[in-house]
Amino acid sequence: MAPRTLFDKIWDSHVVETLPDKTAILYIDRHLVHEVTSPQAFEGLRLSGRRLRHPDATIAVVDHNVPTSDRTLPIEEADSRNQIETLERNVREFGVPYFPLLSARQGIVHVVGPEQGISLPGMTIVCGDSHTSTHGALGALAFGIGTSEVEHVMATQTILQKPAKNMKVVVEGQVGPGVTAKDIMLAIIGHIGTAGGTGHVIEFAGSAIRDLDMAGRMTICNMSIEAGARAGLVAPDETTFEYVRGRPFAPKGEAFDEAVAYWKTLASDEGAHYDRVVELRAEDITPVLTWGTSPETVIPVTGNVPDPASEADPSRRAQMQRMLDYMGLEAGQKIAGTPVDVVFIGSCTNSRIEDLRAAASIAAGRKVAPGVRAMIVPGSGIVKAQAEEEGLDKVFLEAGFEWREAGCSMCLGMNPDRLTPGQRCASTSNRNFEGRQGPGGRTHLLSPAMAAAAAVTGTLTDVRELI
Amino acid sequence: MDKFTVLTAVAAPLPEENIDTDKIIPARFLKTTKRSGLGVHAFDSMRYRPDGTENPDFVLNQEPYRKAEILITYDNLGCGSSREHAPWALLDFGIRCVIAPSFADIFNNNCFKNGILPIALPRDVCTQLMEEARQGANSRLTVDLARQVIVRPDGQEVPFDVDPLRRQLLLEGLDDIGQTLQHEKAITTFEQRRAKAQPWIPHIVLD
Repeated sequence: MAPRTLFDKIWDSHVVETLPDKTAILYIDRHLVHEVTSPQAFEGLRLSGRRLRHPDATIAVVDHNVPTSDRTLPIEEADSRNQIETLERNVREFGVPYFPLLSARQGIVHVVGPEQGISLPGMTIVCGDSHTSTHGALGALAFGIGTSEVEHVMATQTILQKPAKNMKVVVEGQVGPGVTAKDIMLAIIGHIGTAGGTGHVIEFAGSAIRDLDMAGRMTICNMSIEAGARAGLVAPDETTFEYVRGRPFAPKGEAFDEAVAYWKTLASDEGAHYDRVVELRAEDITPVLTWGTSPETVIPVTGNVPDPASEADPSRRAQMQRMLDYMGLEAGQKIAGTPVDVVFIGSCTNSRIEDLRAAASIAAGRKVAPGVRAMIVPGSGIVKAQAEEEGLDKVFLEAGFEWREAGCSMCLGMNPDRLTPGQRCASTSNRNFEGRQGPGGRTHLLSPAMAAAAAVTGTLTDVRELI
Repeated sequence: MDKFTVLTAVAAPLPEENIDTDKIIPARFLKTTKRSGLGVHAFDSMRYRPDGTENPDFVLNQEPYRKAEILITYDNLGCGSSREHAPWALLDFGIRCVIAPSFADIFNNNCFKNGILPIALPRDVCTQLMEEARQGANSRLTVDLARQVIVRPDGQEVPFDVDPLRRQLLLEGLDDIGQTLQHEKAITTFEQRRAKAQPWIPHIVLD
């Protein structure tokens, strides 16, 4: 057999049947369900009298809409409450396993899946959410899908898809101080652009990727979608196996050993073909952030905002100027020193315990700058409890941060955590689109350590000055 | 799903790249449990001013584009979130066909599943079509899916590619779950074979 990539191997092992036009009926091992993109799918099943084929391969959780304040109080926003109650009715009716709001296991679906050992290497995983790419960090093929596909998976445990192209992004070398997985991924997106991965699955490789812990790999794969890719992947290795070992829903004992033996066969073969290869040197990557309203607008924190006059194409030039106007920035200005109103540390990109530790190491012994609202939103109830056990909550509270309950929160502002028009936010989330964190809100994407640095200085700041 | 056969309609030019799904339908409007009714919020931040009144400069607030059924943009239309609310909002507004140099993968899928035809054409062709679309009501485009051509106002034809299976589903207005369930035996066989080969794959059962 010709040498195959990690993607090829997972794909091949899940093809149920290939249709004449090369569309595959692809078997799905795990379906993650949340309250926002599932109601119409459950309704579709009900209307067509279809059953949900595999409740035992499905897990539901509420995350997008949920308040991150006191959970014992009723949910104030009626339409959010309705979506949550609708999910609860649907999981009862179709027998889907569910982590309710008051469970410690509740959290952001892409934090919960790996944390519980529900997402495992070699699997195919889907969810009605584009950041499903996160689970690729385990060496699983994980796609974000729309609601029609959610219904298709519920009814058939498969999706219809043509094979993606293979792309490899290699980052060799060792990153400098203050440079995190988030900086690596933003640098990659800045390099290849938001459509750079369209039609491809990206495998991340090289020593700088292998050196990352699982949280870092999840940050990288999470934002594959911001590079336009269908999915992101990291080959499973000892770091992966140690992470998975002992998780609640992972195989145990002999079954685990058997699984590891299989997972070890998944790494790409020597000489496997990639349609595109991109190489970056870790040493060239500095702490970065975004200046505009597209995740590809990445500059070093020591850099300057670009000048639209340098763009030859008139429609692109106009679009750049609109970004500057929206963001309230001047062409050519230094980005560091720009005052922020809000700091958000959370989201499926950066809300794991490792992210909170990185933020706490900067916040410790310092105070949130006057007039800045700084919030920490852990990725799950389990992450929150772990952080409290380590005393991180006290570090944050003493510094003047808010310590909140788990959920998607201000990443997309579906719950009450929103920016008001004109507010500038240093955010560890994944998208800086216009209005993403609230109408008129201005988002700068950066790492948890850089976000904490912005909180304590009150401005966009090079975290290396605080290490 | 409505069939898509031949569409003759006004096309609205929106010459921007990377129009993301948050722009097509902001997250605060996703709290619905229905597919319908989102058209009024399509392109909310571009279409309305902060006080809620219409922005007269936005193309879909102008005649004849209020009745546009075709939308033409630049690269990477529909990037970002997987929300199917984006095509639902477009469809509810009245859009049945989107033309751009490229589309984000999930958005592209979601369009097909809702009877919207995405057509990828080179950037310079999109620019020409946008210029013609600016002529307004007398400048309708005809999109003929069976023949895979766009007929321009002057009668010239622009051919386009479309995946044959998806074309068939659109022409017949079929949803694909029924199609896949015709292969249920193969799915069951696959499951049995896998349960034997990889018995360690856990079932999710809560206590």
